[in-house]
Amino acid sequence: MEIVSAISLWFIPVLIAFILIYGTYKKVPTYESFVEGGKEGIKMAVSIMPFLVGMMVAIAVFRASGALDVMVNWIRPALELVGIPAEIVPLALIRPISGTAALGITSDLIGVHGPDSFIGTLAATLQGSTDTTFYVLTVYFGAVGIKKMGDALKVGLLADAVAIVTAIIVVTFMFSK
Amino acid sequence: MVNYIWVFMILISLGFAMVNGTMAEVNEAVFTGAKEAITLSIGLISILVFWLGMMRIAEDSGLLSKLSALFKPLISKLFPEVPSSHPAMGYILSNMIANMFGLGNAATPLGIKAMEELKELNDGKNEASRSMITFLAINTASITFIPTTVIAIRMNYDASNPTDIVGPTLVATAVSAVAAILIDRFFYYRRSKKG
Repeated sequence: MEIVSAISLWFIPVLIAFILIYGTYKKVPTYESFVEGGKEGIKMAVSIMPFLVGMMVAIAVFRASGALDVMVNWIRPALELVGIPAEIVPLALIRPISGTAALGITSDLIGVHGPDSFIGTLAATLQGSTDTTFYVLTVYFGAVGIKKMGDALKVGLLADAVAIVTAIIVVTFMFSK
Repeated sequence: MVNYIWVFMILISLGFAMVNGTMAEVNEAVFTGAKEAITLSIGLISILVFWLGMMRIAEDSGLLSKLSALFKPLISKLFPEVPSSHPAMGYILSNMIANMFGLGNAATPLGIKAMEELKELNDGKNEASRSMITFLAINTASITFIPTTVIAIRMNYDASNPTDIVGPTLVATAVSAVAAILIDRFFYYRRSKKG
């Protein structure tokens, strides 16, 4: 497992060095190319702003009003019937909506139940194997001005649902005795 | 659809706040939510500028097209609409690789860039193309090899072996990525049937 942490530590520096060496070797005006590419980054960040504000206000209001908690409580009994611990429900619901909130819940679950507990492991796996669909959708489509999303949201959320169910099955299979 | 979800979320919340007496919290959330969004986009600027600068060098030196050539068979199956030598391929691949190593911050600029190229392929329409939806599905299913953040949290709480979730995460991520592609294909065929 030391290899794993070594890779995550060395990946970015090695990548940067490689791009720079290869660019120099191919006689690319590296610094000028860098600046040209970087300019686009500023434009992108600015164009995302309204999309993010719209989505994040809606999510913040939804949480603050208590509507989210009530929804969690509705779904809870149904999930407990199939043996899914209720503690995980808020995380599963929040994960597609807000990355930072999900991370908060995950660390909370790991802290309260212990990192090696079933719930702690399940939370960690869930956090690692799914992504914040609403964020990805807002940022990616917002930046390039896609207004009609087609089936994108449906596909993304269904994929999330599958990921959550898979995580539960895998962790149950590998960790509970 | 997003329009309805967005309006629904806000209106339900307002209705809820009225019944539950959480109007003060909701008022505050309007402003903190907006502020957080701007803080987030400002924070993104540094990362976007740096990685798009680096990637421009990779593009100009031909590194990106080399990378796409390497994975061409796999990617052209997933994205049949994208010509194999198109720069979109390079960005899609780099985004997937960044995600695999849990480099969420580096992955975002590449993903946006990929979307931009895909939009161009779609004649600049403001409608999501088939490839865009596929790319999004793969992204939200998030193929991860090393869930860096989660490992860090587990270390913080003194897990006996912080990295032992790598195994289950890999299995879960692989299954869900395959599922995402299948779901995406199902919706595509449903769309094309309708015409």
